[in-house]
Formats: sequence, C-alpha cells, structure tokens
Amino acid sequence: MTNIPETGRTPRVQIRLVVIQILVLSLLGTLGGRLWYLQIREGAQYQKEASGNHVQQVVQPAVRGEILDARGVPLADNETRLVVSASRTDLLKQKDDGKAVLTKLAGVLGLSTEDVLQKVRLCDAKTPQPCWNGSPYQPIPITDKATARQALQIRERSEDFPGITAEPEAVRRYPGPGKSNTAQVLGYLSPVTDDEIQKAKDTSSPYLRSDMVGRSGLEREYDKELRGKAGVTRYEVDNLGRVIGKAKSDAAEPGSNLVTSIDSRVQRVAEYELDKAMKTARQQFDSITGENYKADSGAVVVMEAKTGRIVAMASAPTYDPNAWVGGISAKDYQALTGKNSDYPLLNRAIQGQAAPGSTFKVVSTAAAVQAGYPWDGGYPCTSDYRVGSQVFKNFEGENFGDISLGRALEVSCDTVFYGLADKEWKRDGGINPKKGQPKDYFFKTAHQFGLGKPTGVDLPNEVGGRVPDRQWKLDYWKANKDSWCKTGKKDGTYVEKIAYENCLEGDKMREGDEINYSIGQGDTLVTPIQEAMIYGAVANGGTEYVPTIGKAIISPDGKTVQEIKPQVQRKLPVTQATLKGMNDAFAGVITRGTAAWKFSGWPQDKIPLHGKTGTAEVYGKQTTSWMATYSKDYTVIMTIAQAGTGSGASGEAVRNIYSALYGVQGDGSVDNSKALLPHPQQSLPKVRADGTIAAPAVPKDPAKDTEAAQKSNPSNGSDQQPAGTAPPTNGNSNTRRRPRRKRGSRRMPS
Amino acid sequence: MTGANSFSVSGYGPARAGWTRIFARDSLARRLDWPILLSAMALSLIGSMLVFSATRNRTEINQGDPYFFLERHLINLGIGFALMLATLWLGHRALRNAVPVLYGASVLLALVVLTPLGATINGQRNWIVVGGFSIQPAEFLKIAIILGMAMLLAARVDAGDKPFPDHRTVAQSLGLAAVPCMILLLMPDLGSVLAMVAIILGVLLASGASNRWVFGLLATGVVGCIAIWQLHILDQYQINRFAAFANPDLDPAGVGYNTNQARIAIGSGGLTGAGLFHGSQTTGQFVPEQQTDFVFTVAGEELGFLGAGLIIFLIGVILWRACRIARDSTELYGTIVAAGIVAWFAFQSFENIGMTLGIMPVTGLPLPFVSYGGSSMFAVWIAVGLLQSIKVQRPMSA
Repeated sequence: MTNIPETGRTPRVQIRLVVIQILVLSLLGTLGGRLWYLQIREGAQYQKEASGNHVQQVVQPAVRGEILDARGVPLADNETRLVVSASRTDLLKQKDDGKAVLTKLAGVLGLSTEDVLQKVRLCDAKTPQPCWNGSPYQPIPITDKATARQALQIRERSEDFPGITAEPEAVRRYPGPGKSNTAQVLGYLSPVTDDEIQKAKDTSSPYLRSDMVGRSGLEREYDKELRGKAGVTRYEVDNLGRVIGKAKSDAAEPGSNLVTSIDSRVQRVAEYELDKAMKTARQQFDSITGENYKADSGAVVVMEAKTGRIVAMASAPTYDPNAWVGGISAKDYQALTGKNSDYPLLNRAIQGQAAPGSTFKVVSTAAAVQAGYPWDGGYPCTSDYRVGSQVFKNFEGENFGDISLGRALEVSCDTVFYGLADKEWKRDGGINPKKGQPKDYFFKTAHQFGLGKPTGVDLPNEVGGRVPDRQWKLDYWKANKDSWCKTGKKDGTYVEKIAYENCLEGDKMREGDEINYSIGQGDTLVTPIQEAMIYGAVANGGTEYVPTIGKAIISPDGKTVQEIKPQVQRKLPVTQATLKGMNDAFAGVITRGTAAWKFSGWPQDKIPLHGKTGTAEVYGKQTTSWMATYSKDYTVIMTIAQAGTGSGASGEAVRNIYSALYGVQGDGSVDNSKALLPHPQQSLPKVRADGTIAAPAVPKDPAKDTEAAQKSNPSNGSDQQPAGTAPPTNGNSNTRRRPRRKRGSRRMPS
Repeated sequence: MTGANSFSVSGYGPARAGWTRIFARDSLARRLDWPILLSAMALSLIGSMLVFSATRNRTEINQGDPYFFLERHLINLGIGFALMLATLWLGHRALRNAVPVLYGASVLLALVVLTPLGATINGQRNWIVVGGFSIQPAEFLKIAIILGMAMLLAARVDAGDKPFPDHRTVAQSLGLAAVPCMILLLMPDLGSVLAMVAIILGVLLASGASNRWVFGLLATGVVGCIAIWQLHILDQYQINRFAAFANPDLDPAGVGYNTNQARIAIGSGGLTGAGLFHGSQTTGQFVPEQQTDFVFTVAGEELGFLGAGLIIFLIGVILWRACRIARDSTELYGTIVAAGIVAWFAFQSFENIGMTLGIMPVTGLPLPFVSYGGSSMFAVWIAVGLLQSIKVQRPMSA
C-alpha cells in the first residue's frame, strides 16, 4: 500500500488522520487504565461494597440466658415487658423531627417530654447520658414499663404515633431473690456500641445492632455464653428489596444458663451483715481521729474452702441492678458514676485493695519457717523493737516474753515479726545487699502465696494488689524520684523530709520498710478475694484454688452441661506441720485471742472456727478493718474501710454469717434445720425435661431469720458484753508505731 | 468504477470457479477487511450474552421470557448484518447519489419524534414506537450527516478542482449538519448532539478544511459552555446531574446512584470476574439500564478485567483498521466517511465506557455493537458496510 495519494490528496489530511488515529487509541488506553484501576487496584474494596449491597438481614434477638444461684434460684432472668420504642428514621421524616409525636407519647406514658427527647437523642462526645448509643437505625426503647392500656392506646391510634411501636419483648430482670442484691457480681447490660461491632465483625461471634452487651460482672465475663445467637435470616435482594436469592436462615439460639456457686440466701445474709456492720461502725467513736468511724466502703467474701467456689460476695456501697434495665436515667447514671458518687459499681471484693494489717502475718510466719526459724523456737515478744533511734512498738506495749511462732501468730505479736524481718534484712546485706541475690524470704513467700497478682476469679477487671519488693521499690522510685527530689527538704515539714529521704534512697529496701512490711503495713496491698484464697488454702491443707463463681453452663435445652471445675492454682509453701500450727493459732484467735470477745458462746467443739483480725493504717484516714476467718468448709473474709479494728467492726457480722450457714442459734445450739448451707452445695440444680431449671423457694428475707435466731446471742449488741471477754482496750489494734511514710492512699479505691 | 454494480467487477483476472475464486488474490473475500468484520461480530455476540445476563431476571421488562432480549438482540444482529451486506453490495459511491434521499428521510423521521407520534423513554423524547418496535432516528441521522457532509466536502476535491474544500462548501456542510443537531437538541438528546459534534469535527478534519474552521468550531463550543455556565441557563440540579459522574453525592438518587452502582459492579469484577450470569450486582439489578447504556458493567462484573479489556481491545481493532481505511482511500469521499465513522465509534465508545467507569458524564449513548437496541445495531452495521465498501472499492494500487 502506498500513502501517496492518487487523487491529489495533501499531506494535511494525512497528518490529521494520523492525529485522529493517535487520539482515538489514547482514548482507548485511558479506558483500559481506568478499568485496571477500578478492577485490579481497588477491586477488593468494590467487592466488599457489592457484597454489602445485595444482602439484607432480618434479626430475631436471642433470649439471654439466666444466671442462677447454686440451687437454681434465678439471680438474673428475663421477663416479658411491653416496650415502647421510637424509630429515629421515621421521626426525622416528620416536619418537626417528631417532636409533636414524642410530646404526645410522653403524655400517654406519663413521662416528661424532656425525658423522652433525651432518650432518643444520639450519644456523641458532647451529649451526656441519657442518650442512645446504639445504632440510629434501630428502634430506641423509650420505656419498657408500659402498661397494657398504654400499649393499646399507642397501637390503636398508630396513625397518631408514626414511628412509635409498642411490642412485648424479653427484658433482663434482676429479681433479687430473698432480698439479695448481688449487684456488682451480676453486672449489667447496655446496648452494643459501634466500636464493638467493628471490632467483633470478623470474629466467630459478631455483634448485631440490637445486641445488649454485658458491661461488668458475670454478665460480661460470661457474655458469650449468656448471649446466645441471634437468629439471622439473610436474603439476597435486588435493588428494590425483593428477595432474589435463597434465604439463608439461622434460627435464634437462646443463650445458655449460667449456674453459679452463689447461694442467694447466704448472699443476702452477707449483704445485710456487711451493711449492718458498717452502720454500727459509724456509731463508734474513733479516739485517734476524734470523730466517729466513717465506714465508707466494705466487702465480704464467703468462699468454699475446699474448691474456691464463691458462695457469697458483697460490696458496699451498692446499687439496684435493675436501674440499668431499659436504659438508665440521667439521675441514676450520675448517682452511679458521678464524681460525687461513692462508686457503687465497683466490686470491692475484687477491685478494692488495702494494706492487710495483721492478717498478713500468715505470710510472715510461713516466710520465717522457710527462712529456717523453728516453729517452737523462743522469740522475744517485747513491748517495743528498736532500730537505732527508731522505736517500733508492739500494740499496747504488751510483753509476752519469749514465745513460739504459733503463739506470736495467735496473740499477733508485732515485735516477734519485727525481729525476724530485721534479722533477714541484715542477712540479706542491709541497705546495700551483697552481690548475688538477696534471699528475701518475706517477699518471696508473699509471691508464693499468690499476692501481687490477680487470683483469676471469673469476674472482669480484678486488681492484683501489690507486694512492695525490691523491684517494685526501684520502679516506683524511678517513676517518682523527680518530684521527690524537687520537693524534698532535709529540714522541712514532715512530708518534705519524707520526700528528701525517698529521693536519696527510695530505690532501696530500707530496714524500716521490711520491718513494717512483716506485719502487713506499709505499701502492701491485698484484695479481699486474695485473702479468701489464702485463708481458704490454710483451711484445706495448703491448696490455693482459682476462685470461681460460675459453676456450670447449661444449654437452653438442658441437654449439655458444661461444668466449671475447681482449678488448683498452687500449693502454699508450707509443710503440714506448719499448717497445723497455724490452724491451732487461728483457733486460738477465736477462743482466747483478739476475736474472742465477739465469739463467746460459739459452739467451737461442733463447728471449729479459725480467724485472724487485722487493722491497717492508712495515711490521713481511719484504719481499715480486716477479718479473715475459716471453718472446715468455708472461708469468710470481711473488710471495712475506715471502721477501726477487725474484730470490732466485723466480728459480729462474720459470726452471724457462720451462724446462718450452720444454723447456730443464739444460745449456742446448732439447729440443722435452720442451717442455710451446713455443707457446700455439691450437686447442680435439677434440669427439667423442657430445659428449665427447678428452683426451690427462697425465704422472704434470710437475713432477718438469722437475726431473729441470734436474739439471745450474748455477744450481739455492744451493750451486752459478757464478763471475762472484754474487748482489748483499744480494740485489737496491734499496730501502733511511729507515723508511717505515706505512699499514696491505701484506701479502698473510690 | 462508479457503477452501482462495481463490486462485481472483478475483471482483473481470469474468471475462476467455486471456492478458489473466493480466495483469489483479487476476490472480494480477500479484499474485505476481516479484522473489522470479525471484531464487530465478536462484539455483537459478546453483547448478546451480556444483554441476556442483564435481562433474564428483569421480569418487569422481559415479559416473563428470559430469552426475550437475547432473541431480539440476535434478530437485530441478523438484520444489521444483512444491512451491512446490502450496503457493501450497493457501495458507498452509489449511496453518494442517494444521500439527499437518505438525509431527507432521516431528518423527517427525527422530526416525527417531536410530534405526538414520538415516545418518551427515560425522560428523553427520542423514540418512535411503531407496532411494538421502537426506532431511534438519532442513530440514522449520524450516518446521514456523515454521508451528506462527505458528499458536499469531497465533491470539488474529488473532481480535482481544488486541493481543499473551500469556505463556502464547508459552510454549506455545516448548515447541513446543523439541522439534525437542532432537532436533537429539541428532543433533547444531549448525548447524541455531542456524538454529532464529534462526527462533525472528525469529518472536517479529514476533509482538509481550513484549520480556522476546526478551531473556530472548537472555540464556539468552549464559549458556549462557558456561557451556559455563567448565564445560569441550566438549573443547579442539571449541573449536578452532569457533574454527578465525578461526585455521586451531587445527585445520589439519580445519576449518582447509577454511577455508584456501575462502579461497584465493575470494580467487584476483579481480574477474571464473577463468571457469566453470576454477578450479584447484575443479578440483583442494581445497575439501571444495564442492557443498553450500562451494558459494559455486566462485562466488568461478570467477565472481569480480561473480558472488559477484550471489549476495549476489539473496539480498538475496529478503530485502528478504520483509520487505516481512511488513510488508504484514494478518494476524499471515502476518507471523510471512514473518518466520520471513526469519530462516531470512538466518541460513543469512550463516552459510554467512560461513564460506567466514572470518568465521563452520564448520557444516554449506547455502546456500539454491544448495547441492546435495534436502531443502534442497524446503524453501526451499516457503518461497517460502508467501511468495507471503501476498502474493497479502492483501486488495486498495491
């Protein structure tokens, strides 16, 4: 072919034709490039969009499983309520964004318009509760307490209430059997947030928009089991929403039921007794601070000594868990979480930590034995212990002469432990330990007892306490030395002097630190659940179990039962001989020691009790009382912040809990028929053929029954003190020394 | 050489019999442009599958028969192929003599659209519905304009009078093109007007008309656009509709929706696509007008980058060969017709595919050969016939 035109064609046309050809091909190249960009580079993104495009899902919520006590009594169940909800999308379509409808609705429901408007607004950074933090496309519950009459009014005049629905729904309920409350253990639910949906999107149990999620306590710990699986029917739809593909349908699976080891009756008694003890403490005068005890918070744990199962766990102050049901009001939310609240949501049995006081001596005694000090050796229990110019006093300056370790534990002789700790400190090389590892028996033993880390109880957000060993001191010093060295003055105020000292040698284990530590004062922190675990181990022969509340997960049809078996955590680093010595000493505390004035008339021959009291000093606050006790089967730990001594604040309450468990009457006789739980509950509740769980009747108020049975108890009531068992002059506070160095508040967190 | 039967004049060698004749060096079969023919056929057949995939579930338009559109697409293809053969048999030079008739007929048809006989489909009054068949005269106007302008512009040059068409001729030819453009504007069928403008530009360029005309025409277009923009002739919503291809939020329920869904469909195809009949966007009918204007999205989703790329490649083959035909034609008339067809196909393909890819505004232009639609199918196959005719009637100079 030739390009030479035969008809006089000019190069102009030829050039233009080439230009056209190039232009056309570059246009096609552009298309190809764009196609590559969309399909290859961004393809994955569009694939995702396409799959979201054509699938619609219809959700049937699953009924949440129940939480039951050890006998099958529901602690958390569901009830059918008439729920009135508003659809935001429908309301926003109205002229005034639905204000008129909501106002009318408030009238029908007998609520204030403002309340209703607040409930349907969406939560964001600037909007305080109450607000809706679920999906804006999901109907927002206005109330779940609508009467049938109100629901009828709304449904029959549906044209007057566009976007409002009134439907029966299963709503969480915390029935509180026998007046028990169990609030912090059970936890609460609230709607799932966008973040959680995003995070759980690709996991095996994704959230649905309508889900309620456990926020604390058992509701959170066992959320996956309790939640069940919402029924989802997925339809492939076309652009008009018509179903084109096969419907893939998963039926809703109700959540499993959780059987706990809690006994609602014992729980009630524990709660009641804790509350009463705190109220009583507030009537007592504290001669040190010159005002009544504040007794602002407390906790009690009742645990099966041989399994670690929790029978009761109470924390004060507390709240009504039903406040969360159906959305919480602004006032309630403020009262539960506000700055001026007493933080009732905290479970102080696992989240409250304080210095253990003399209850720590069980660790120090074990440490001494590990360090090679014979049990029956003679250790001087002098009225004070001197280190240079410092004087560490025994509690009221008592002097028992040379005594054994067991006796020292029983009479809670501080100076014996001062001496032992001081000797060990010196053996480890004093303030500048020699090269090679210092033995640190006292600290090592604390770790071997499981202190300084969470026990692993099946509740969320447990705290671990603290063992103020060398590593901790170094870390703490590194974190604070700058401010100490800045504010510290050699000849300044008390606080400035302390800061000066800390700046110089706060990274080192000082003589006084270890001496204070040996009797549970200073920087040591423990939680009530840790104490329960330790004293439970002493009771059962030296085995520490992981404390558990969940006992079994029973499928909704009752066919599969997944038992949660007790789990051995560790063995105490003590011999059986030492344990026996400790047992005798702790029994002595009840019969003739610091707790004896509260346990006169106790049938010790039938139901041997053991115990240890403690009184921990808190800088700038009143003392924290501790009472750690155990019987053959149970461990009962009670602590109250700012309430004085262990036996003084809690002795009576702890005794009453044991009385309720074993059916001990006021006159010291044991009535097995009145015993709530003379032996730990072994079997699981009976599951009926239809999967429901049989529950025995619960008395109206077990605490009052117990109280009535104790009417004639001589040690009940402070004005009925029997002769011969007078309380120690200053309670059993065995720990008065020079003012302690402050390292931050030791108060139960608030 | 100008006779109506010219293509049967194979008197360049001894007459041979049977099938050796077909493959003889100078035979018609040997002289046909097979790449164009095969590409056009492949595009049409791919198109039939895509149309079938897009319509087999659309019960509201396929009257309950999944094969409704497939059958019609194939019938259209058959008629189009016959028209191509007829065009080839007549020859483009013979058609040159018939141009006044063709031109007049198509303008008349277009005018009918504006009368009550015209039908409004999808907001555009550019159809004539006759006995169940709908005709889009705009498609035939494109051929009429190409042939008409080529006739005017090439007359003096091919006669050897002048090297280039003079200003008067150019003005006449523009006047010839302006009439159908005005009719299309009245419909209004903006997409076809733009295609016309592309054709006119291609024709003018190929005719060798003075640069002044080319740039003048371009400048007029630019000034016109600016005027429309500045004088607020269009309402904001119209501008939004126009710009929604770049930012779907401007018209989320209308053009933006189309753009979005089209992009999702194509994007989700990936390298190899979901497989024919397996695209969820297509099955779910998320892309409107998917058998016609948005047919390319079916290819994108179900055949992936390879399939959609093949369509672009085949169009490229046709355009490449058509450019060669334009360059190799010994008469300006043939050159202009071929170039006009190149401009037509190129613009329409780029605009159609470009809008599904979100780089061009959304207008109602079909994708040549692939889109469902009788008028378009007939017109593009007639154009193929014209290209073949120009090729085979070229004197055997090489």
